[in-house]
Amino acid sequence: MSTTTDPQGGTFRLSMLLNDSRYRSLTLQAIAAIMLAASIAYMISNLLANLAAQDLNISFEFLGSPAGYDINQTLIDYSSQSSNLRAAFVGIINTLLVAVLACITATILGVFAGVLRLSNNWLVRKLMSFYVEIFRNIPVLIWIIIIFTIVTAVLPGARAYLGEDPERNMLAGMFAFTNRGVYVPAPFFTTGFGGEEGSGLNWLLVIGVLIASFFATRFVTAGADKKQAETGIRPNTLYLNLAIWIVPVAIVLFILGLSWDLPDPLANRFNLRGGLQIGAPLIALWLALSVYTGAFIAENVRAGIQAVSRGQTEAASALGLRPNRTMSLVILPQALRVIIPPLISQYLNITKNSSLAIAVGYADITATLGGITLNQTGRAIECVLLLMLFYLTISLLISAFMNVYNNSMKLKER
Amino acid sequence: MNKSVLFGALTVAGLAAGAAAAATLDDVKARGTLNCGVTTGLVGFAAPDANGEWKGFDVAVCRAVAAAVLGDATAVEFVPTTGKTRFTALASGEIDMLARNTTWTFSRDVDLKFDFVGVNYYDGQGFMVPKALGVSSAKDLDGATVCIQTGTTTELNLADFFRANNISYEPVPIETNAEGTQQYLAGACDTYTTDASGLAATRATFENPGDHMLLPEIVSKEPLGPLVRHGDSEWGDIVRWTLNALIAAEELGVTSTNVGEMATSTNNPEVARLLGTEGTLGEMIGLDADWAKRAIETQGNYGEIFAQNIGEETPIGLARGLNAQWTDGGLLYSPPFR
Amino acid sequence: MSDTHAHSVAFVRMETIPQSAPPLAAAGPVRWGKDNLFATPANALLTIASLVVIYFILAATVPWILNGVWNAGSLSECREILQGTSGACFAVLTERWPQLLFGFQYPSEAYWRPTLAFVLMLVALAPVLFFDLPRKLLIITALFPFVAYWLIWGGTIWAPILALVGFIVGYLVYAKFVNRSFAVGFFGGIAAAFVVWALSGYIVPALTPEETLLSSVPSRDLGGYMLNMMLGVTCVSLSVPLGIVLALGRQSSMPLIKWVCVIFIEFIRGVPLITLLFVASVMLAFLFPPDQTVDLFIRVVIMITMFSSAYIAEVIRGGLAALPKGQYEAADSLGLDYAQAMRLIILPQALKISIPGIVNIAVGLFKDTTLVSVISMFDILGMIRGPILASTDWNGLYWELFLFACVVFFVVCYSISQYSQWLERRLATDHR
Repeated sequence: MSTTTDPQGGTFRLSMLLNDSRYRSLTLQAIAAIMLAASIAYMISNLLANLAAQDLNISFEFLGSPAGYDINQTLIDYSSQSSNLRAAFVGIINTLLVAVLACITATILGVFAGVLRLSNNWLVRKLMSFYVEIFRNIPVLIWIIIIFTIVTAVLPGARAYLGEDPERNMLAGMFAFTNRGVYVPAPFFTTGFGGEEGSGLNWLLVIGVLIASFFATRFVTAGADKKQAETGIRPNTLYLNLAIWIVPVAIVLFILGLSWDLPDPLANRFNLRGGLQIGAPLIALWLALSVYTGAFIAENVRAGIQAVSRGQTEAASALGLRPNRTMSLVILPQALRVIIPPLISQYLNITKNSSLAIAVGYADITATLGGITLNQTGRAIECVLLLMLFYLTISLLISAFMNVYNNSMKLKER
Repeated sequence: MNKSVLFGALTVAGLAAGAAAAATLDDVKARGTLNCGVTTGLVGFAAPDANGEWKGFDVAVCRAVAAAVLGDATAVEFVPTTGKTRFTALASGEIDMLARNTTWTFSRDVDLKFDFVGVNYYDGQGFMVPKALGVSSAKDLDGATVCIQTGTTTELNLADFFRANNISYEPVPIETNAEGTQQYLAGACDTYTTDASGLAATRATFENPGDHMLLPEIVSKEPLGPLVRHGDSEWGDIVRWTLNALIAAEELGVTSTNVGEMATSTNNPEVARLLGTEGTLGEMIGLDADWAKRAIETQGNYGEIFAQNIGEETPIGLARGLNAQWTDGGLLYSPPFR
Repeated sequence: MSDTHAHSVAFVRMETIPQSAPPLAAAGPVRWGKDNLFATPANALLTIASLVVIYFILAATVPWILNGVWNAGSLSECREILQGTSGACFAVLTERWPQLLFGFQYPSEAYWRPTLAFVLMLVALAPVLFFDLPRKLLIITALFPFVAYWLIWGGTIWAPILALVGFIVGYLVYAKFVNRSFAVGFFGGIAAAFVVWALSGYIVPALTPEETLLSSVPSRDLGGYMLNMMLGVTCVSLSVPLGIVLALGRQSSMPLIKWVCVIFIEFIRGVPLITLLFVASVMLAFLFPPDQTVDLFIRVVIMITMFSSAYIAEVIRGGLAALPKGQYEAADSLGLDYAQAMRLIILPQALKISIPGIVNIAVGLFKDTTLVSVISMFDILGMIRGPILASTDWNGLYWELFLFACVVFFVVCYSISQYSQWLERRLATDHR
């Protein structure tokens, strides 16, 4: 009996394909590849046969034809004569809008509830765990519908605010809360680009100035760090930074002629006109996603803080750090390392759950491309494929970001 | 091999539904039940009652077809469909016919490859408003918030109507009729728009129906009718002529109560042909001679079905209007049974 | 000692004083309240704010619930009974509870069948959930799917029996060949089972009598909370094995298999469940052979199972990654082949670590079964949003129905998550 398992020489027998570890994986992969190709071919042939039997075809031409329907909440120009593709873009922007809004509020709510769950106040602790358990254990679709029902049933109708002598007055003359949505003053520019019509350029300019301010403050802070490293004394940069943030933007806004468009209760007999309307479906979806995901984030935050061992706090105290410095310099950086990866996957969940907008009539991508366009054109396969492609792209982008973050936060072990 | 194994396994599980081959009639007969697509719930047209039994105007058409083909009006499996799923369900063979107040349009007939076999209700899109709003015409709705059910032709009609009249509106798309009602009653929209018949049916369920009114404008033509898959003309003929039999029965004065008597003692040759005592119409269509008689016996003629489900005596209270016989100034006109 | 003291000081207590109760402020509820509710001014403010919140919640709900009407025929009758006072109209639940639980099409004389299946499910789950129970009870668990299928769908008893026979034959073939090679046994078993099923596809129709013991119920007649339960239980139990396969595939050294698994998992995890349900409802029919259609229930089960198996695969991958490398090396050094190493060494430990994660996925999946209401299936939410709210009698009633849905979901999900925490404590074999 030979001690080596690899037979020398070129005698190749068929049984080696299964029994020889050099060839086995190739054999298995070949079998897998054949099975995979066969099942894909089988499904495609079924698809083609079905399409042929019904005299249908796969075509994306419908994207260019007029959509024919109207959308209530649009951030870009859209009318019923715009193409289906544009309707899909309206949906994409609406999806991103509600996802971003819900991510922000869910984070705030989650951090708040997570910290309070560790409070030494018994009542608050119990109240917060009640919140977390209630929201985590009931389906988000039910929450979306319940909150939508609350918004429409509890808030007054728009007509309560209308006319010369309304039943209800707007808050500070500027804010109106109706079951069709919340009306707030809308900013616009009187002397900016595009004149009275306004133009997106104005906002780009403002955002550009803010980005410039951001880099300027980074520069100032870096200078202060350097000074501190050299002399041990840190110059006070607070006022300088504040000025850098506020002054340029204020000047730009003044030059552009910032003005506010208030909701007008007299212009129309059905609705308030003017101002910025945040529709009830958006509010319901936003709130529901925030409180639902907030409960999950609260658990992540609590787990993150508890994951930092007590010895770290004690060590920081032994070094003579004050409690707030302990929190900001010792506990939080370590807790964040635990909190942020699940936090990002919660953001992913928010984006995916925003597809439930269809239950409340918010015009996100599932409701436009996967809803009305699909219904009106009957192009089910094309619409569903495009829909999945969109969500997949968003998810992959967020995952890629998460991987970059995880690599940069990896404990550098030496 | 692959196919037979998969479906062998599924048949063991009892969950592989029957085949949807070219001959729908054979499938239905082999299966013993008719799979009929209906709406998920619109009182008067198709809705389950408290006992879970489907009732309504569209339901009666399905039952009439089942009575004609299978001889049993209860041998119907009702498949609830939404605006999104209804066409796929029909195209994929999950259902044999769709009777879900579906509007007959060019693109559905030609592009989506379906055959509309006729019209069982001539409808049009209308608007419902609270009387307190003081609106008397749809043209006064400038700036109003409008609730619409998605996935229907109403969305497109609505956009066209407001664009043609150069007035603006805020659409609120909703999934189901129940949610539309909720929104409308809560005042989240000023007006609710869908087919006028649907509006009447919805209004009937309100606590105070008298506080709401339908505006006089009908902004579109909505011929609603049952439809079948393209390419199976025999099956299409059966559904088409069952519907025509119901309509012709009313014209000829045949009702569910006198159909037995008429069949034996009629002097009218067309009634005799319809009820199978004369001629071979049943054989021509691939059924037995009594097919139309059974349909009328179990469901009544068109007028009876109308009166029973959506007529003026019911809470829905629709007048015959366009849906009267042509002899009464309506549009119902069955081709002759000859 | 005491003598010297007796002379040097004026008074010495010779016996210990009886222990007196601590001051009121330092013990008991007062102390507790001071420590836990009013420790600092900020804390006191928080307490008061919480009390206000609790008061408002209770003030809004308690009278409403206590004042509830349980017997009425319609919403307007309810309102007459209440005469304008605030109160819930739970009569809708008493009148429609069978519909909420079983859907509106399930034959009412057969309600005992799913109920019995539910009770059996609890029995069948017990040995899976609690390891201390006798292992022989697992036989009940193995038989449960077939019995439950027969109870819920009815029809001929031969279908589930022959399906079971397929599994048994598959297992026997596996047991016979596994000693020679795991792969031969495994694939041989699967092939044998499929042969039995394919044959019984021809046998069953022949064996089916005209009148079966339990009347047959088509799966589109299923509905209500029963549908949520069935989807949840079926999909979770199907997706655990599939998840294990995917996780192992993702760890595989064979690039093709690895990449197929990675693409599958990432694709499924990247899209929302609702789009997969759209696929089930409008697209999947196109991928089956032209002359066959598959039940919507099956199509939904396929898609939800794919969905949850991708997530479970990721949880199990985490469990595999958490195992020390030494375990793999130990298995190798014992001379175990891949299948043996996985079956005997790696998976038992990796699965143990993954159980809490799997349970979390299961809870999430169970909650997500409500999404089927969007594709016109009448689960509990579909029943509420569809037939019940659309009926003339109960139009305009929401809170009672939503409350009911919330309660039934909360009870199940909360119990599962409590179980998961118990299990986590139970399985913690490391010493802290």
